Amino acid sequence: MAKKELMLTGAHFMNGDIACAEGAIAAGCRFFAGYPITPATEIAEHLSQRMPEIGGIYIQMEDEIASMAAVIGASYAGLKAMTATSGPGFSLMQENIGLAVMTEAPCVIVDVMRGGPSTGQPTLPGQQDVMQAKWGSHGDYEIIALSPSSVQEMFDLTIEAFNLSEMYRVPTILLADEVVGHMWEKVVIPSAEKIRIVNRKRPNVPPEKYMPFMPDDDLVPPMACFGEGYSFHATGLTHNEHGYPQTQSSEVQQRLVKRLCDKIRKNADRIIKVEEVLLEDADIIVVAYGIVARAALSAVRKAREEGIKAGLLRLITLWPFPERHITEIAKQARTIVVPEMNCGQLVREVERSAKETAVAFLSKLGEDPHTPAEILKAIRGNSR
Amino acid sequence: MIEETVVEGMAHPFSKYLREAMMPHIWCAGCGNGIILNCFVQAVDELQVDLNKLVVVSGIGCIGRAAGYTNTNSFHTTHGRPIAFATGVKLANPDLDVVIISGDGDLFAIGGNHFIHAARRNLGIKVICANNFNYGMTGGQQGPTTPFEALTTTSPYGNIERPFNLVHLAAASGATFVARWTTLHVRRLTQSIKKLLKKEGFCFIEVISPCPEIFGRQNKMRTGLEMMEWFKKASVVENFSDPAKAEITPEKIVVGEFVDIEKLSYEKLLHEKIALINEKALNKVS
Repeated sequence: MAKKELMLTGAHFMNGDIACAEGAIAAGCRFFAGYPITPATEIAEHLSQRMPEIGGIYIQMEDEIASMAAVIGASYAGLKAMTATSGPGFSLMQENIGLAVMTEAPCVIVDVMRGGPSTGQPTLPGQQDVMQAKWGSHGDYEIIALSPSSVQEMFDLTIEAFNLSEMYRVPTILLADEVVGHMWEKVVIPSAEKIRIVNRKRPNVPPEKYMPFMPDDDLVPPMACFGEGYSFHATGLTHNEHGYPQTQSSEVQQRLVKRLCDKIRKNADRIIKVEEVLLEDADIIVVAYGIVARAALSAVRKAREEGIKAGLLRLITLWPFPERHITEIAKQARTIVVPEMNCGQLVREVERSAKETAVAFLSKLGEDPHTPAEILKAIRGNSR
Repeated sequence: MIEETVVEGMAHPFSKYLREAMMPHIWCAGCGNGIILNCFVQAVDELQVDLNKLVVVSGIGCIGRAAGYTNTNSFHTTHGRPIAFATGVKLANPDLDVVIISGDGDLFAIGGNHFIHAARRNLGIKVICANNFNYGMTGGQQGPTTPFEALTTTSPYGNIERPFNLVHLAAASGATFVARWTTLHVRRLTQSIKKLLKKEGFCFIEVISPCPEIFGRQNKMRTGLEMMEWFKKASVVENFSDPAKAEITPEKIVVGEFVDIEKLSYEKLLHEKIALINEKALNKVS
């Protein structure tokens, strides 16, 4: 395909938002709908230029509610689709993120987190949308959320987000932060054939036998798209395997909602990614994610120089929560230190999973992420 | 002597257009939604629209079930969002015929923003709005089309809000085809739906629809027949009259086709531009 030649390859110096946009293109995303918002606007700007070059679609919608709805529409029409936003827009998207969950529309939502609540601090970083990413829409459901710590990961994890969303037919959230989004770093982009791409399962039955929400053994139903000859219905209402509304049946509600949760929960070990640094003999373990994990790594190395047995568990996957990994480190750690740019969100999950082990929370809000010195101080304070 | 009507397979000639598994429908006796769906199916049949390429999208409300009842590609969105969803569908695959069948509350209260912007872009999606003057499914609350002074469960002392004139709103927002009929005008409505299905750009038909069980009950029109009698008595066909003056009052309901203009659709402009830029970019790399 000639189109592949238009893909960026090789080493580039770029910011995180642009790396995310290029990652989407590399993943096969050919539809972007969004609404301008700091600090995610550069993703939209870059894609408004790049999408037409590669034959893809960029549209600026009237708001984030519409952006999310259009993304689901494009996904059902057969394209890989994405939107990008920040806190206030992420709030507006929650309604249709629920629709994407219920209709199992593969799609990617990028949230470049800034300081909240409300309009908050548009140009400053935050990690305040972590719980919203998991629980923001009403009802019970599971989604996948990934947390990049570098510009390279803005590229890599955007591809991963598309792959996971296609594999599990679930909206997948790239939960970045303002620093990672605006920071400039080197990004190495492999040639297209070296990038692993996952596409949604297609039906392997003739149209008259197709049941749009009949899952395979992996709990994920194969997906037909509009215009392919499979006449099917999809709805945000509770529905049976035919896609028909069943608003009075507790049995169908149980079966559907449990499957929507289980297709993620039962595949959690396959989905979850973490990075383990110096954990073997560590008894003070920092659990961090996003830009904060970069400072945590420096702090852990400095602590080691001082003879403290410190280690780092960097969470790449935030949802489903890496519960098993926390339970494991809790067996060896005296204390788990959790620095976050919020008033205490993911630390609750760490506490829940760490059971008896002490968890020290290090909150930071405002202009800068934690410095290595601040995290080092917390390591020192808990090592005695 | 009477002659036997022979029907193939003993089925209604339109049954192939409907999902029988979804029947019985949820609509009340005297409701106009069945008439609207029937006119739509009639138009689809007369034009022999390719059902594989037809996508019917609905939002939330009584008429919102129409998408599911049509035996084609169909999607039932969140409240107010069928146009936004349809935008993604139409742009991703411009070969699809994307029709939205939804209600006045869905399209013009919670979804009003999406309506005006899709019309402004002249996106080639087709909107059929069942206007029953209130929120039927939730039991008859006041909405953006409820007539002044009308009684509803949330305007028990009479509505003091002014209703939208939907055909004026659609025309002012940039639609290329705008019509209004009542469910009494089945032949004219079917003809207008045929035009809407064939036309380029953003097209809109408002269908004034009886809601005797919910709206009529509170406004001295307790049966479908009484509501239809009002439509019959008050309707005046004024084709290509100024939509700004197309009033709906107890005495007069102005119906007709108000706008029928030619304008390049958004998806055509977009895909032409994409093809051009794509080619340029390819030439640059090769």
